[in-house]
Amino acid sequence: MILFELVPFEFLRVVWWLLIGVMLIAFALTDGFDMGTGMLLPFVARTDLERRVVINTVGPVWEGNQVWFILGGGSIFAAWPPLYAISFSGFYMAMFLILTALILRPVAFKYRSKREGTRWRAMWDRALFIGGFVPALLFGVAVGNVLLGVPFHLTPDLMPVYEGGLFGKLFGLLRPFALLCGLVSLAMAVMLGAGWLVLKTEGVIQDRARAIGRPAALLALAGYLLAGIWLAYGIQGYGFVTEPPHDGPSNPLLHQVTHGGSWLTAYAERPWIAIAPVLGVLGTLMAWRAIGRRGELSPLGWAQLGGFGMIASVGLVMFPFILPSNTHPDSSLSVWDASSSHLTLFVMLVGGAIFLPLIMVYTAWVYRVLWGKVTPDEVENPDTHAY
Amino acid sequence: MEIGVVELSRLQFATTALFHFLFVPLTLGLSVICAIMETVYVMTDRPIWRQMTKFWGALFGINFAIGVATGITMEFQFGMNWAYYSHYVGDIFGAPLAMEGLMAFFMEATFVGLWFFGWDRLSKRAHLMVGWLVAIATNFSALWILIANGWMQFPVGAQFNPITMRMELTSFFDVALNPVAQAKFVHTVSAGYVCGSVFVLGVSSWYLLKGRHIQLARRSIAVASAFGLAGVMSVIVLGDESGYDASENQKMKMAAIEAMWETEPAPASFTLFGFPDQTTHETKWAIHIPYVMGLIGTRSLTQEIAGIDQLVTRAHDRVRNGIVAYDLMMQIQAQRDSGVDPALIARFRRHEHDLGYALLLKTRVEDPRQATEEQISQAAADTVPHVWPIFWAFRIMVGLGFGMLCMMGYFFWRASFRRMSFPRWALWLAVIATPAPWIAIEMGWIVAEYGRQPWTVAEVLPTALSVSHLSVAEVAVTLAGFVLLYSALFVVEMGLMFKYIRKGPHEDVALTEDWMQRHENRLSGRAEVAK
Repeated sequence: MILFELVPFEFLRVVWWLLIGVMLIAFALTDGFDMGTGMLLPFVARTDLERRVVINTVGPVWEGNQVWFILGGGSIFAAWPPLYAISFSGFYMAMFLILTALILRPVAFKYRSKREGTRWRAMWDRALFIGGFVPALLFGVAVGNVLLGVPFHLTPDLMPVYEGGLFGKLFGLLRPFALLCGLVSLAMAVMLGAGWLVLKTEGVIQDRARAIGRPAALLALAGYLLAGIWLAYGIQGYGFVTEPPHDGPSNPLLHQVTHGGSWLTAYAERPWIAIAPVLGVLGTLMAWRAIGRRGELSPLGWAQLGGFGMIASVGLVMFPFILPSNTHPDSSLSVWDASSSHLTLFVMLVGGAIFLPLIMVYTAWVYRVLWGKVTPDEVENPDTHAY
Repeated sequence: MEIGVVELSRLQFATTALFHFLFVPLTLGLSVICAIMETVYVMTDRPIWRQMTKFWGALFGINFAIGVATGITMEFQFGMNWAYYSHYVGDIFGAPLAMEGLMAFFMEATFVGLWFFGWDRLSKRAHLMVGWLVAIATNFSALWILIANGWMQFPVGAQFNPITMRMELTSFFDVALNPVAQAKFVHTVSAGYVCGSVFVLGVSSWYLLKGRHIQLARRSIAVASAFGLAGVMSVIVLGDESGYDASENQKMKMAAIEAMWETEPAPASFTLFGFPDQTTHETKWAIHIPYVMGLIGTRSLTQEIAGIDQLVTRAHDRVRNGIVAYDLMMQIQAQRDSGVDPALIARFRRHEHDLGYALLLKTRVEDPRQATEEQISQAAADTVPHVWPIFWAFRIMVGLGFGMLCMMGYFFWRASFRRMSFPRWALWLAVIATPAPWIAIEMGWIVAEYGRQPWTVAEVLPTALSVSHLSVAEVAVTLAGFVLLYSALFVVEMGLMFKYIRKGPHEDVALTEDWMQRHENRLSGRAEVAK
């Protein structure tokens, strides 16, 4: 097959970096409001009827939103096998906690309304809170660790070895900067959840969501700015000793990497990427403003723009690195030396080019069909509200 | 046997995968059955069919939730516990998983929400379309994961790259159109249809025995027995095809299924029953049926099927050849930075197909080139899987499969030609037989996966090398965690299933009366016209 060679390897590598970024951001912005809604559940809804209203706002869409995570995982496996291997085996216990929380969530959504008992329902309410809180926190912590670099190396056979045992691996992740990133991630999810509830509910639930959403937006903004200052003065970045070929074989050990300088020098090299943090700050600030006013669609819109800018800024300052090693910098993974083969990236791009637009179209159609407020009277109708 | 990370990781994968697959086949079957019932509703406008769709749909929803939840684990477990595997074959294995997400999971997850929440928001036809989209997407997801699994059984369309130290894709079409994968896909999906049908049949029979919901139960049996009969025939035909593929491409698995220690003169006999003994290489109390095995395995009277002992002898040679390949690979590695001699690569390609056999030595010696004769013999002996579990799992699966064929055939006959009258013994049989498809399906996976040992990717990558660099404590903690969590979920799920089955369908009297009124108006209208 010669066809695939017409598309340069370098181009495919960058395109897949972009696509995986899009998938992970789509996950954070859509499942983010589901998780935020789960966390807000005990605070914005007091009676069982109110809780059912809140749960039914995300009821028909959370499942599709969560698939962004599954798709992101599958695409990382297909496009960057070493990243898939190292991150999930290295963040082993953290991944287990995330999986546990994410396993509880589908079951909680579907089973909560299947029995009447108050204890039964309270149990699933707790599961929904955990299903939002744990992943939102740990995803942020993971991003913080990626920026710091994590302790792993590759053997000459390219076997990944992540240092630390049962507790070392898990608690080693809880470094101060990573916890700050976890906090930003939590605040962002709450802000998104509040934006969603402002759009989909009315009356007392909406008022409570507005009341919590505003401080959450401010907290996300403050945490993000603090993390930026920390990155500027307290955290070293990574760089190649000599720039590797962009179409070379995918073996990270072929290139030397130094740990030093700052990630933020990327803004000097590629000034245009400053648009990401600007959008991040602007969106969050506007979300804070909009949640306090009468608009019903604008809070979610601004919150999503803010989230997009913040997450994109992390990927953009790190480019081309995707997972640096702080103990053995030469093992660090980058876009240029940790991808799949030329053919695999090409085949996947064909698949993505066909199916991603289709996904966007039918997802938009489903949201349009489901457009409108969820109200307490309507929740009683099993033909429109299943939970 | 010492319990190490490899054993615990395998146990964890087997537990989570077999548990996940308790829910997948029912999802596959019920999604199509619900779509069929809704189609009849839209075509005839009879409220009973809407009632049936909603009733089976509710049970589908309870089952679907756990299927989704336990599926999340599957997507990430390769990276968590099988890091070297993920690196070594991710270039091929990852792509179908990503395609599964792009093509199937999104469609399934997006439309299943709309299906449950959309009864009043969509027109009847649009809602029906959504139901079919869910069913089609569910089937597509099975397609891609079975292409991935088929590649592990019979790795085509890939070659080893000594610079990146991994298998790389050479032909996506070979991987997607892998004959093993295609047979496996139809076999597995049909098994799901049978599972859904047996479930519907069992629950409906219970209603008939109790004299409840007669209208719903009889119509459900009509759908389930027809669909189930077609499904079970497809399972058996494609199972036969899988057996034929296995005797071509997975000779050791085939020999283990048959407990065929020595090569027999063609055509080989089929061992109906017996107790295989791994140490003496004999099958005690064996009952043979002449010719049958040769016919199934080779579809000829003259071709031989290789026995285990002969395959071990062949494995010997392949380990030796693998050591040559390993040596060439190391030479290529040494020249990596200065430019590799093309002649060296050409030599490597001639020996490459046995590289995996040299990797079998890695559990015994750091550098396979230093292996002693004894270690080579041990590695060759390692290629034999544990015979008795595979032998028996296969026989249980096949026995249950033919049993279900008889049951479905009987119910189809009674439903079609005996005015839907079912004797009580048959109804009781259907109730008792409800777990049969699950047992058969789990046994099928044991044959497929346990029979592939000691490989994760047949003849390419040994299981013992595939694991992550983890401690025993870590895997033990997560294994215990999964077992606890899944057990709790199982209890909750079964509780809800039984509760909703006992409660029965929601019979909307007003809707039925309204329909009957309209129906009568139509009939009298016709009578008017006739006058």
